[in-house]
Amino acid sequence: MSGHDHDHDHSELSETQLRVRALETVLTEKGYVDPAALDAIVEAYETRIGPRNGAAVVAKAWCDPAFKQVLLADATKAIATLGHVSRVGDHLIAIENTPKTHNIVVCTLCSCYPWEMLGLPPIWYKSAPYRSRAVKDPRGVLNDFGVSLPKDTEIRVWDSTAETRFLVLPMRPAGTDGWSEQQLAEIVTRDSMIGTGLPKQPGATS
Amino acid sequence: MDGIHDMGGRDGFGTVVAEPNEPPFHEPWEGSVLALQRAMGYAGAWHNDHARFARERLPPQVYLTSSYYLKWLLAMEVNVLERGLASPAELKSGHALTSGKTLKRKLTPVVVQDGLTRSSFFRQPQGPARYKIGDGVRARNIHPKTHTRLPRYARGRRGTVELCHGCHMFPDSVAINLGDNPQWLYTVVFDGRELWGPDADPTLKVSIDAFEPYLEPA
Repeated sequence: MSGHDHDHDHSELSETQLRVRALETVLTEKGYVDPAALDAIVEAYETRIGPRNGAAVVAKAWCDPAFKQVLLADATKAIATLGHVSRVGDHLIAIENTPKTHNIVVCTLCSCYPWEMLGLPPIWYKSAPYRSRAVKDPRGVLNDFGVSLPKDTEIRVWDSTAETRFLVLPMRPAGTDGWSEQQLAEIVTRDSMIGTGLPKQPGATS
Repeated sequence: MDGIHDMGGRDGFGTVVAEPNEPPFHEPWEGSVLALQRAMGYAGAWHNDHARFARERLPPQVYLTSSYYLKWLLAMEVNVLERGLASPAELKSGHALTSGKTLKRKLTPVVVQDGLTRSSFFRQPQGPARYKIGDGVRARNIHPKTHTRLPRYARGRRGTVELCHGCHMFPDSVAINLGDNPQWLYTVVFDGRELWGPDADPTLKVSIDAFEPYLEPA
């Protein structure tokens, strides 16, 4: 819990707040930005755009083999066919976990992340420990998340160094036969779509 | 540039600590910074790579000790000033002293979804792709002083072309105002031991997305 803004001393916070206000006021008065649009963006990220979008896509892929095939071939195109998920830009790539390979997504250079599918990246995703270690010691990172994989599982790390964005399609847990897409979406966690976690197990308390 | 932002493979930053039930924003000003960045991007004031390059140029000690959105704020101020969109006196006083430049467009509540959807980075190829899936390639040992998306840990290492993503605008050119300069983009996968030596986890494979100028045949 260290390093977050609320741990900073009050005077620094106030200075930052003043700087943001100054910048926002200047850019508004210059005619570059519309404060109502700024509010709408904040509201969208606070209420609409989050891991639920990605979870719906994963649950659909678990239930519908034809959709899964299209998703793995062209995720942007596949998601455009879903009315209930907001549209996504180009260059989204879905990568499938299998018994042989486990995928993990990182951005070592900044914070590239499939925002449209998962919402804002969590602080740990943007942090130096994750960005530095994910490409070198991913099993150690998984251990930080309490995840342990078989020794012979191939760990594939995708460093998001361009404008491609990666969404992990986790493996569907056993014991979920006959579940509805809605039920399945409930067990798809954000971290399971980044690769630092696994879906919740049926019957497990969250 | 070989900046502090290029973090892949560095030791000493400690364990990854997740915050339970993390809110979208920890302070209202963080939301304002994010929204300003989105709105200015939509307006065409600068590109993602200008924002990234400005963050990369922050002094290392500032980069390491500033929160994520504070880095965004500092980089936005840099871009506003460098692109002549406001003056230092205006940022200091917190008010516009002259009228603004004309930008490409303005994000309004009616089109806010457009500001939230990523634009396409596809561009018309200038020539055929040099590599095909399965080709052996080596990441060039280059150290440009300006913005690049080739991480240091991959430079000089041999990998295999796994995917071709078509032709995209080239961040290294965009960030220094040399235009889109479209380049073919590939996913190149490296064996963990090629990157980190014989003691690396033998089950590890790491890929980067590499623009064609980052690569040479191998």
